[in-house]
Amino acid sequence: MSDPVIWYGELTTSRSLLRRGLAHLSPGIAWTLVFLAIPMLALIPVGFASRGSYGQIVWEFTWNNFYRLLGYGTFGWSPDYLIILGRSCMVAAVTTIICVLLSYPLCFFIACKPAHKRYFWLTLVIIPFWTNLVIRTYAWLLVLAPQMPLARLASFLGFIAPDAPLYPTPFAVYLGMVSTFLPFVTMPLYASVEKLDWSLVEAARDLYSSSWRVFRHAILPQTTPGLAVGVTLTFIPAMGMFLVPDFLGGAKYMLVGNLIQQQFGTSRDWPFGAAVSLGLMLLTFVGIWVLRKTGGKEAVH
Amino acid sequence: MKIHPFFRLIAIGALCFLYIPLFAVAVFSINASRFGLTWKGFTLDWYFQLASNSLVLEAARNTLFLAVVSTMVSTVLGTAVAIGIKRHPWGKRWAGFFDLILHLPVVTPEIVFAAALVIAFALLRYVSSVFDPGMLNMVIGHITFQIAFVALVVGSRLAAISTKIEEAARDLYADNLFLLRHVTLPLLRPGIVAGAMLAFTMSLDDFVISFFTAGPSSMTLPLYIYAQVRRGVTPDIHALSTIVLLITILAVVIAERFSRTSTKEKKHA
Repeated sequence: MSDPVIWYGELTTSRSLLRRGLAHLSPGIAWTLVFLAIPMLALIPVGFASRGSYGQIVWEFTWNNFYRLLGYGTFGWSPDYLIILGRSCMVAAVTTIICVLLSYPLCFFIACKPAHKRYFWLTLVIIPFWTNLVIRTYAWLLVLAPQMPLARLASFLGFIAPDAPLYPTPFAVYLGMVSTFLPFVTMPLYASVEKLDWSLVEAARDLYSSSWRVFRHAILPQTTPGLAVGVTLTFIPAMGMFLVPDFLGGAKYMLVGNLIQQQFGTSRDWPFGAAVSLGLMLLTFVGIWVLRKTGGKEAVH
Repeated sequence: MKIHPFFRLIAIGALCFLYIPLFAVAVFSINASRFGLTWKGFTLDWYFQLASNSLVLEAARNTLFLAVVSTMVSTVLGTAVAIGIKRHPWGKRWAGFFDLILHLPVVTPEIVFAAALVIAFALLRYVSSVFDPGMLNMVIGHITFQIAFVALVVGSRLAAISTKIEEAARDLYADNLFLLRHVTLPLLRPGIVAGAMLAFTMSLDDFVISFFTAGPSSMTLPLYIYAQVRRGVTPDIHALSTIVLLITILAVVIAERFSRTSTKEKKHA
């Protein structure tokens, strides 16, 4: 018999509270454990197994998958996989930066509209956010097609052969990535911009601050919460993005997401796929950690 | 407040940048040319062809079935999890553990999530062959990410509700079931509806999880469009995409109106 406790006006025992809490929690938590947490831990042993000749998993402990990821293959060292990893980090970082640079003007543009018109402009940002990613990505294939002005201009300037499309190119990947993630930064950032205390901005102006210093000391600290959410919502999915480089980057501009998909798809090399997934997880955590560090420093200033 | 013309230009440019591709899809969906992207005159043929395309109709049915079933299950489970975490005295360590589990689907890159699911179903196939790639696996996969989002949305609503009302109900001798049915759940309704709507749209939109768990007979609309685009873009895909786009616009506008009127009502009250 456990001691009686009073919990929100109810006289009960800690044991019966525990039982009731578990009854609520356990189905959902167990579901997530069985289908996500445990399989994610299972990626670790699979990453150390090797591929059988029929694509099955052979349970022999080996570091080979990780050596392979670092470039050591049967034919000596080649940086192919490291380039893909590095490229993924760069694409995710550049995408995030461009999205932030575009989002600030966009948020202030909306915030400067009269109150009754803001909903309209905000809805314009929300619609792409909810539009299916497959559609938004393949839509770029149309815009970048050879007959369209953009490709015509590029071939006129001599960047591509005449009558060639602008995909698959790194440029197309960046276009697709930025258009995918722009609403992910703009929406949380707008929530912060809307609540901005303009008197601080005016005070900074009264003290003859330059525009940059007004932004740096009056606007940036006030919008950091929204910015942090937007950056996280962009950086993590951008690291593992598979659809955009698949449509717009092709084999020449593969990202780590495509590499993983390939291992679980056509190559049927699950152990190597698991090893790459672990590498991606590691890079994502490092990325979040770096963001937290720099974000923390901002808060101190 | 006035915005500098240069930044104004960037803002409008960014919005155009979001809409130009979607606009292109809509334009080419009413273009008479079967091949290539040159304008050959107005037609609605591609839309009529969709109505007789049995693959598209089946994909639409699958998409809806998947979204409805997974949303119903995940809303119940997610709401229960939120109540279980927020309304019971868990120690710091346990609360941290539950928090970690709930944030796992949010912070994991989707592709790693999908890889983990592939491995989970491969292991479960040792138990039973019902876990062969197909609708069941897709439903399970979708529920897995939906639970977390429902629990987070409902949890934030729970945190905003004063516990005084529940305490008052207890003082009046409400038992557990009565409290849940007549006090907690009605108070939570806006949160539950918001969570369910989020889960539903995420399921409709999902591509990666479906792609890794689908079987031969469980094609959804995003998978269908993907497969067709890989074989080369055709006008009927533009027509299908335009319909999806119009439904999205309609849904967003209705949802916006709805949330606007409800905030207005709150201000009046």
